[in-house]
Amino acid sequence: MVELSGAEIIAQFLEDEGVEYLFGYPGGAVLHTYDALLRADSVKHILVRHEQAAVHAADGYARSTGKTGVALVTSGPGMTNAVTGIATAYLDSIPLVVLTGQVPTSVIGSDAFQEVDSVGISRPCVKHNFLVKDVKDIAETLTKAFYVASTGRPGPVVVDIPKDITDPNIKIPYSYQSSIEMRSYNPVIKGHPFQIKKAVEVMLQAKKPVFYIGGGVVLGNASASLRSLVERLNFPLTSTLMGLGAFPSSDKNFLGMLGMHGTYEANMAMHETDVLIAVGARFDDRVTGHLEHFCPDAKIIHIDIDPSSISKTVHVDIPIVGDVDDVLTSMLELLKNTDQSNDEQSMKDWHKQVKQWRKKECLRYNKKTKEIKPQYVIEKLHEVTKGDAYITSDVGQHQMFAAQYYSFEEPRRWINSGGLGTMGFGLPAAVGVQLAHLDQTVACVTGEGSIQMNIQELATCMQYQLPIKIINLNNRYLGMVRQWQEFFYEGRYAMSYMDSIPDFVKLAESYGHVGMKIETADDVEDALKEAFAMKDKLVFMDFITTREENVYPMISAGKGHHEMELMPDSELV
Amino acid sequence: MRHIISILLENEAGALSRVAGLFSARAYNIESLTVAPTEDSSMSRMTLVTSGSAEIIEQITKQLNKLIDVVKLNDLNVSCVQHIEREMMLIKLKAPVSSREEIMRLSNIFRGNIIDVNDDTYTVELTGTSEKLNAFIAAFECDSILETVRSGVMGISRGSSSLHL
Repeated sequence: MVELSGAEIIAQFLEDEGVEYLFGYPGGAVLHTYDALLRADSVKHILVRHEQAAVHAADGYARSTGKTGVALVTSGPGMTNAVTGIATAYLDSIPLVVLTGQVPTSVIGSDAFQEVDSVGISRPCVKHNFLVKDVKDIAETLTKAFYVASTGRPGPVVVDIPKDITDPNIKIPYSYQSSIEMRSYNPVIKGHPFQIKKAVEVMLQAKKPVFYIGGGVVLGNASASLRSLVERLNFPLTSTLMGLGAFPSSDKNFLGMLGMHGTYEANMAMHETDVLIAVGARFDDRVTGHLEHFCPDAKIIHIDIDPSSISKTVHVDIPIVGDVDDVLTSMLELLKNTDQSNDEQSMKDWHKQVKQWRKKECLRYNKKTKEIKPQYVIEKLHEVTKGDAYITSDVGQHQMFAAQYYSFEEPRRWINSGGLGTMGFGLPAAVGVQLAHLDQTVACVTGEGSIQMNIQELATCMQYQLPIKIINLNNRYLGMVRQWQEFFYEGRYAMSYMDSIPDFVKLAESYGHVGMKIETADDVEDALKEAFAMKDKLVFMDFITTREENVYPMISAGKGHHEMELMPDSELV
Repeated sequence: MRHIISILLENEAGALSRVAGLFSARAYNIESLTVAPTEDSSMSRMTLVTSGSAEIIEQITKQLNKLIDVVKLNDLNVSCVQHIEREMMLIKLKAPVSSREEIMRLSNIFRGNIIDVNDDTYTVELTGTSEKLNAFIAAFECDSILETVRSGVMGISRGSSSLHL
């Protein structure tokens, strides 16, 4: 057996685990590890410009591939900078392993230089965390970390490693262990057959059924089985922000996104449905609206791998705990063996009703202006990229516009921070996505507020020659904040306007990239074509958009799905 | 409703703070909490007393089960389980000559033991349900009690059902 130091074990383990990219930033407590990593040829280290970006990049890599993302940061401020990234991944259940340096065990607790209680700070926003106190435990802890992060309901795992544990002079035998049994951790995979049977019976009795799918379908790689099931049953389907792409937007049964900025047809179908089939979704408050008005007439079936998601906010009639793909496949099997189907007339009526709702054309907007409408940019972006790009986004109005107007056809193409709503996520996430898919088109839809929260990553993009296309919807406002102030604070715009917005063209150029400023609607399409033709360049596209555009439809806080506000006719002219 | 939840926990540094942190982060109540290693030194047994609606208790047990360090747990207040609960108290009382007879008499009634005596004080050890301990405290004037220390509730199910691996 080979004898390795703790640092060498970390490097060798990452190689053995097949880790492709390690996103990180060096510092005192991780110097031994960085030194050892120089000899780990198969692990490519990506040097970011801020630790938060390291975690977001690993996160983008994980979301777009389904593999576990890995980040490495130093102790103290390195770790605290990483926390926002860790919490972002936690709220969206993204598998990450974050290695944090720690001060030597002999000085832990003494307020040493760059010491923080990393395990304590990260505890509420990780799936699990470890402090390695003996070099003999490193390999096993890493095996556990990758196992816990990637199985069950995925999530980030922090491994805190004191510097003396990585001491190059202390060598111990090492062998790679790919899997491990943990007595206290056994995620349920198989759904209960009786519950599945009961659910299928209820589904076949339904007169006004709706599928409500979430990020769990993407995370559980259940897209194919979901598509077969919907095809067999011919039920309408709506998706949360996190589920977009799991089901093709072009499908006749797709109602669009639901919730606060969901479509009229999706929210009305939720309000009227008699059988709701929730798949890998968690009844988030942005989705349900006021709980008292939520799906008043529905029997609710809920499939989820996490028992604690079931009946957390909304009472569920038929809970099924299990791997989403496994449960949907079992449902398909049951349906194969029966010639029973839903009452034909009721289903006809239901589809007719849905068609009526669609006629509202709730995503209409004014296309006859010289000004650039943000919606128009996204529609053109979809056209120019043929709907085939990986789209990352930041948080705010542009995120909602991207979700509403870029029709996603495939899972893992829509990369955004849904749960935590982290501004500054988009660009570093795009770094991870582009590295994972070097020959694919990656665009980051952002705003002038969000992009400045991790603008320094333009340097990382230059260092690794990442040809990301940045679509900056620049309305000179923190758009979503301004929208709420317009609606709920009588138009008092407190701090939602930023003075001194940089010249993004010059800024991009100063990092060595291409910058473009687009100011009229007529130029949008050509500019996009020109930018996307530059296959090997990062292009920062600064679109000067309508200042006070609002995101519609909108359900205000405290309202139900049936109480949406649509874009006023006055804004459509 | 009040619930007693018994938990088998990995005996690892930080495990206790994961449980405590979960309760504060999700704004659940903890009425009492006791924890000590079991016959298998790799595990601790925790007894946690909490209260809440049926939905909240369901969430609490689900969230606890989700913690990686929780090996197994059992809600002792579900209808299919009968249980026994005990709490221990040490109480130090002012014991002027005039009160000593009364303290001894009450200790006997409550099946307590006097475990320490000096010129001014008696210390009584008492075991029972929380109500019994409350009743004992109520039997004394407030200003005659110098100090009380209670273990928090421990619980175990009746009969052959048991919480083990």
